[in-house]
Amino acid sequence: MLEIKNLHATVGGNEILKGINLTINKGEVHAIMGPNGSGKSTLSYLIAGKDGYEVTKGEILYNGVDLTEMKPEVRAAEGVFLAFQYPIEIPGVPNTTFLKEALNSVRRHRGEEELDAMQFVKLIKAKAEELGIAKDMLKRAVNVGFSGGEKKRNEILQMAVLDPKLAVLDETDSGLDIDALKVVSEGVNQLRSKDRAILVITHYQRLLDHIVPDFVHVLAHGKIQRSGGKELALELEEKGYAEYGVAAE
Amino acid sequence: MRNMVNLTQPYVDQFDAVKERLPGAQLPWLEARRVAGLARFKTVGLPTVKMENWKYTRLPNLDEPGFRLATWDDGHVAVAGVPAFFSDQTALVRLVYVNGIIHPELSQLDQLPDGVSVEPIAQVLETDPGFIEQHMGTEAVAYDQGFAALNAAMMESGTVFRVATGVVINQPIEIVYLNGGTAEPIYRHPRNLFVLESGSQATLVKRHAGISAGAYFNNAVTEIVVGDGAILRHYTIQADCLEALHLSSVHVRVGRDATYENFNLAIGGRLSRTETRVRLEGRGSHCNLSGAYLMKASEHCDNTTVIEHLVPDTTAREVFKGVLNDEARGVFQGKLIVHKDAQRTDGYQMSRALLLSNRAEMDTKPELEIYADDVKCSHGSTTGQIDETALFYLRSRGIPEALARNLLIQSFIAEALEEISDLRVREAMAHQVIHWLPAQCYFAEEWKQP
Ligand SMILES: Nc1ncnc2c1ncn2[C@@H]1O[C@H](COP(=O)(O)OP(=O)(O)OP(=O)(O)O)[C@@H](O)[C@H]1O
Ligand SMILES: [Mg+2]
Repeated sequence: MLEIKNLHATVGGNEILKGINLTINKGEVHAIMGPNGSGKSTLSYLIAGKDGYEVTKGEILYNGVDLTEMKPEVRAAEGVFLAFQYPIEIPGVPNTTFLKEALNSVRRHRGEEELDAMQFVKLIKAKAEELGIAKDMLKRAVNVGFSGGEKKRNEILQMAVLDPKLAVLDETDSGLDIDALKVVSEGVNQLRSKDRAILVITHYQRLLDHIVPDFVHVLAHGKIQRSGGKELALELEEKGYAEYGVAAE
Repeated sequence: MRNMVNLTQPYVDQFDAVKERLPGAQLPWLEARRVAGLARFKTVGLPTVKMENWKYTRLPNLDEPGFRLATWDDGHVAVAGVPAFFSDQTALVRLVYVNGIIHPELSQLDQLPDGVSVEPIAQVLETDPGFIEQHMGTEAVAYDQGFAALNAAMMESGTVFRVATGVVINQPIEIVYLNGGTAEPIYRHPRNLFVLESGSQATLVKRHAGISAGAYFNNAVTEIVVGDGAILRHYTIQADCLEALHLSSVHVRVGRDATYENFNLAIGGRLSRTETRVRLEGRGSHCNLSGAYLMKASEHCDNTTVIEHLVPDTTAREVFKGVLNDEARGVFQGKLIVHKDAQRTDGYQMSRALLLSNRAEMDTKPELEIYADDVKCSHGSTTGQIDETALFYLRSRGIPEALARNLLIQSFIAEALEEISDLRVREAMAHQVIHWLPAQCYFAEEWKQP
């Protein structure tokens, strides 16, 4: 589903990614761990299509198509979803309006009927309830005044509504309390299927207790330094990144 | 260079030519005021960018397109219909004018509650001239404003709105001004007088719209008295056409514990300027002067406000938000004068503009003149572009760029619309904003399949 080949990328003139190779097949869950500033979010933005992130070498293929040529909205409509590490606040746009515009845009692109207000409200209510999201959060402006954990839950709600094929979750666990972590993981696990792929970026093994990955990768110095099974996460938790030339704090 | 005499002379000649047929021509006191207005106009002259409060707004050469004064015939040009504002029959009463002439067949006047009247000024000059004589304050209004002085001389149409003591009307009263649609460009000098007696409450929605493309020039003066304990919600929607010139000067006196709320939505007009001057004369009085403007092409929108706090314990709030596309220009000038006795004045002023093009321009001038010592006043202004991070966030959820931009523009304006306390009006205004947007998707690219 996702093939990243020898990806080099710069941000603000600095080379951050220096030859990433990563293949994610349908049905798989991958985890990327790595020290602060190693380029994890940079990679996620490159997948989602944020301006200012420039590929200097290599490619990102999504179902065999060059992703970097697609606008962000087309990527989303084609099934790519990024749960942001730092979700954006949009004053004045009610959360439901945002979700409805997003879903209907994606549906238009996919050649599906748009949902009317009634159908949408029904869908959103059900999804919000599953994720323990209060009604009030749906009415409020997108992420404005949301707590850290509420913002992360809202990301997962968006994911649940848009029903992506490839979900990238950038530190969705940080800021969540223990119960919320369970609810959110539950939401992610529901998405797990043989047609979908998930990439979780995290600093903590505890998330991976809930969302058990098929593969774990260590990203440091702009490259994948090592890949392994879920036990790699346990090892990292214990030893840190010293082995990859990163000093412990 | 032409001198002032030449510039004002055509208007003076015009006055002499038409004065016999202006409304109230039989009233000596009115004639005296007209003559005084004309004299004042000759002294003050037409505004130029050299005048401090006109420095950002340059009037086009008014002789050039050959404007002429509107006649009775202009009030009977073909009108396709009245553009909708409320989605239902929200308005209790509706007055429709075509180039200054009231059209009963387009209006809805039979539901006026007792104690409320909305009538053309020409009519009131016949039935109750004393009322106008009492409330029309020509001198103060025309003091330093050439166009207001000219209006004092030439005023030929407009509305008198009266609400008697203690009468409370919840449903909005709508006045629609349809302008233009004539072969040659015309100009008019409407004069409005709104008087809310003590303890009364009302909501007035004024709408200006162009009948078809083509130039016209409105030079309006509105005087408002909000009596003790009264509340007036005064909303204006200015949807003039691209060639229209619209000058409006609004003079308000607010009594003890009274509230004057004004919101001005401008979505069209070659040049529009609304100068609102409020005198907070009664203790505990409050005003909210807010607005939103969405301008495109080379449209120019100027909101100028002067709020005078004359007595203790008065409050004022201003929130203006503007969206400027193409070569459009926006101006906000907000002056706050706190007189010596006006202790515990509380004033808040905010002006924000969103530029959609690097050719658009915004000029902002806040001015504080404070002579009291126990005063809380704050003001701020920003001019910026669409937030790229927010734009990316929306697009990353599948929302096409053009739509995402529109959503951000809508949300930007929404903050100003929140100042509108009447929710029906707020919603209808929000629709007007949405209506403005599609035409503005100049970024719009077709929603392409990959
Ligand atoms: N606009 C920018 N200009 C210059 N450098 C940038 C810019 N954005 C990010 N960087 C740098 O790129 C590097 C990688 O950042 P990135 O956010 O991808 O790290 P990360 O692995 O996600 O870290 P964390 O674990 O803290 O979230 C950092 O050193 C960061 O300072
Ligand atoms: Mg990061």
